[in-house]
Formats: sequence, structure tokens, C-alpha cells
Amino acid sequence: MLAAAEAVLEEWVRARGEVPTQDTVEGFRLLALHRQGARGVPSFNACRETCREIAYHYNLAGEAQDKRTQLMMGMLVRHLELFVRGKMEVEGLGEFCCASRPLRQQSAVEERTDG
Amino acid sequence: MTESTKYQRVAYYPGCALEGTGHAYNSSTKAVGKALGLELDEVKNWNCCGAMEVKNVDPKVQTYLSSRVMSIAANEMKAKVVMAPCNGCYHNLKKAEYDLAHDAASRETVERISKKAGHETYQAGSLETIHALDWIKDGVGEDELKRRLKNSLKGLKVANYYGCMYTRPRHIYPEKDRGPGSESTSQPHFMDDLLAAAGAENVDFPLKTACCGGAHTLSDSDISTKLVLNILRAAEAAGADVIATECPTCHSGLEMHQVRAEKVLGEKTKVRMLYFTQLLGVALGVSPRKLGVHENVSDGIELLKEKGLA
Repeated sequence: MLAAAEAVLEEWVRARGEVPTQDTVEGFRLLALHRQGARGVPSFNACRETCREIAYHYNLAGEAQDKRTQLMMGMLVRHLELFVRGKMEVEGLGEFCCASRPLRQQSAVEERTDG
Repeated sequence: MTESTKYQRVAYYPGCALEGTGHAYNSSTKAVGKALGLELDEVKNWNCCGAMEVKNVDPKVQTYLSSRVMSIAANEMKAKVVMAPCNGCYHNLKKAEYDLAHDAASRETVERISKKAGHETYQAGSLETIHALDWIKDGVGEDELKRRLKNSLKGLKVANYYGCMYTRPRHIYPEKDRGPGSESTSQPHFMDDLLAAAGAENVDFPLKTACCGGAHTLSDSDISTKLVLNILRAAEAAGADVIATECPTCHSGLEMHQVRAEKVLGEKTKVRMLYFTQLLGVALGVSPRKLGVHENVSDGIELLKEKGLA
């Protein structure tokens, strides 16, 4: 599941025209990929703690392979995937994840053109 | 002056959401304040903080709008502290404070518009902006809360959900991450602390600061629904009866998309949503009706009855 989370962030990094890093931060490539992905996109930090939680649950899963830890880790990876998917769809929009300026600007242009 | 003294009477900035979808958060915040002997002095003639909409069109106008609220509180009301219970408002006031302290262009814009609008320009550092969580945690504290408890939340399993704007970006919250007693930006705990003091059992909830997709609600509702559904499922998997919220946008997002997930995706979840102020209010003996629990979309009353709290 850690590899799946890394793959999600690799997609994000590649989509921005960069080569996914092989470095690690605090022992995790996932955290290095997040740092790389958030460079110049502050809103991407909205998934920072999700990545850190994945790393935490990975450590827990290493200690004890209990089902609950694995279930939580699955949900965290799923959340990261959904978040990144959403971000990729609205890539480049605004300074926080809640931005939809270009979408509205586009609709505003269309409205003016229609009028 | 200690924080508990400073926070006894604060300027109150409810913000637009608390007059609409977050109405119950407004009434429960006021009811809890009253029950705890804390006073709120609503900012006179307040305006929108600039929210997401204005910020996306022109961030400096957003800074001005937030600065006007702070100017009224600091200059007209002579307040030292303003409390904003909404994460968006709290975030925007903090951001405006940061920009005014660090960015000359923002100061110029704010000064120019303030003059044109005919009010005193807000000067960075004149006011302290806090969240409702700070207000209760530092203004009253867990010991006093325990002393005033009338209805322990014992047996209620709570997943505390802070959302993503309460702690981000870190640089606009310099008072956080200051060690013991301060709030953490990576593992926020003020809501956990208060609800634990009220007797609730906090479950280990790894998505407490995860994005709820509130931003995508209009542009891509399906992503929002899926993000919320994942949060709801994680809370249920963690064993929670209820998700405690501290932001009107997150709260209504969780509630609305819970309904949408069932309608659109056929995915039903049972976990309920209550504002942390509603839970604290119940613990302090305030009636659920006064706390606006009946206004929530998810059936909080039924849950409180199940747990013998209503």
C-alpha cells in the first residue's frame, strides 16, 4: 500500500512535468515525493498529514499485522488518491485547494460571449 | 494578563456561514459560552472575510475585507481578542494579519481602501485572532470544564475532525507548535482535549486533518462525495458514533455528502455529525434544542437518546 501511495504521488509529479524523486525524507520516499509535489503548490500541503499518517500506519503495520491498521492504511491511501485525482482535474487553480477561479473565469467569458 | 482572563470577553466574529448553514454552530457556541461564563461581544457591522470567492479574484481585497473586521474590533470596540469559530474566517483573518505584517503591497492596498471606505486602517499586531477551540481551551480549560460538567459524555465514541484550514498553512499560525500546552499543526488536539474532559472517548482517527473536498463541491461533486465517504467510513472503522466538527463548511460538507453518497453511490454510513460546541453543551446540561441539534441533517437527537444524553 505504501508503494500504491508513492505511485499516486508519482503521477502528480509527472503530470507537472517533473521526474519523481528517488530521495527519502525521514526514511520515506513518500514524504520526499510529497515535498516535491508541493513545491510551488502550497495547496498540495492539504495532503501532507495524510502522507505522514500513511508512513505512521506503515510503521504500525510492520510492528503488528493487525487488520484494523491495514484497513486504516487502505483508507488513507484511498484518500490520497481521491485528493490527487481532484487536484489533477483542477490543476493550477488558485492558491488553496478551494480555488475555482479559472473555471469561473471561463464561464464568465462564455457568459459575456453569449450576451 | 493571562489567556484565561484575556479570553473571558472577546469580540465575536461569527462570519456568513454561521448565519446560514452553520446556524446551529452559532447558537451552540453562544450557549456554551454562557454556560461557561465567557462573554461574546459581536463585531458591529461585520462583513464577509473574503472567503474563497474574493480571495480567488483578488487576494489583496480579501486581506482588506478581513482587515476591516479586525479594524472594527480593535479600533471601534477596543477589543484585544477576536474569536472566529469558522475555520475559513479564522484562516482568513490570520492570513490578513500575516500579510499586513510582512507585505508592504498588502499594507498599501488596505490603507488605500480603508481610507476610501472611511474607517481607520487596521494595524498588524493590534488584535489577537483565535478559534472557538482556543477560546474554550485557554479561556476555561479542562479542569474548570470538568468541574462544571452535568452530563458526562461517557460511552460516546468521538472522531475529532479538524479539516484542513485550521492548521494550514503553518506560517500564519505562529502560536501553534510551541510545545506543551500549544496546539499542534500536524496532530491538532484541542478538540480531543475538551471532549475528553467532557467524558467522551476519542477514537484514533487518522483523517482528522484530511481534505473533505469542500473546494470541489461545485466543480466536481463526485470527488467531494468520495472524499467525504472515505472520511465517514474511516470514522466508522475507528469505532466512532459521532464525528465532532469545528467548522461550518466541513460540517455541512460531511452531512450533505453523506446523503449524496447514499443517493448517488448507494453507500450508506451511520456515523453522525455534531459540532463540538453541541457536544460540550450537552455535557454542560444545555438542552439539545438550544444547541440546535434538531437543525443538523444527520440525526443527532436519536444518537443522544441512544446514549442517554437527551
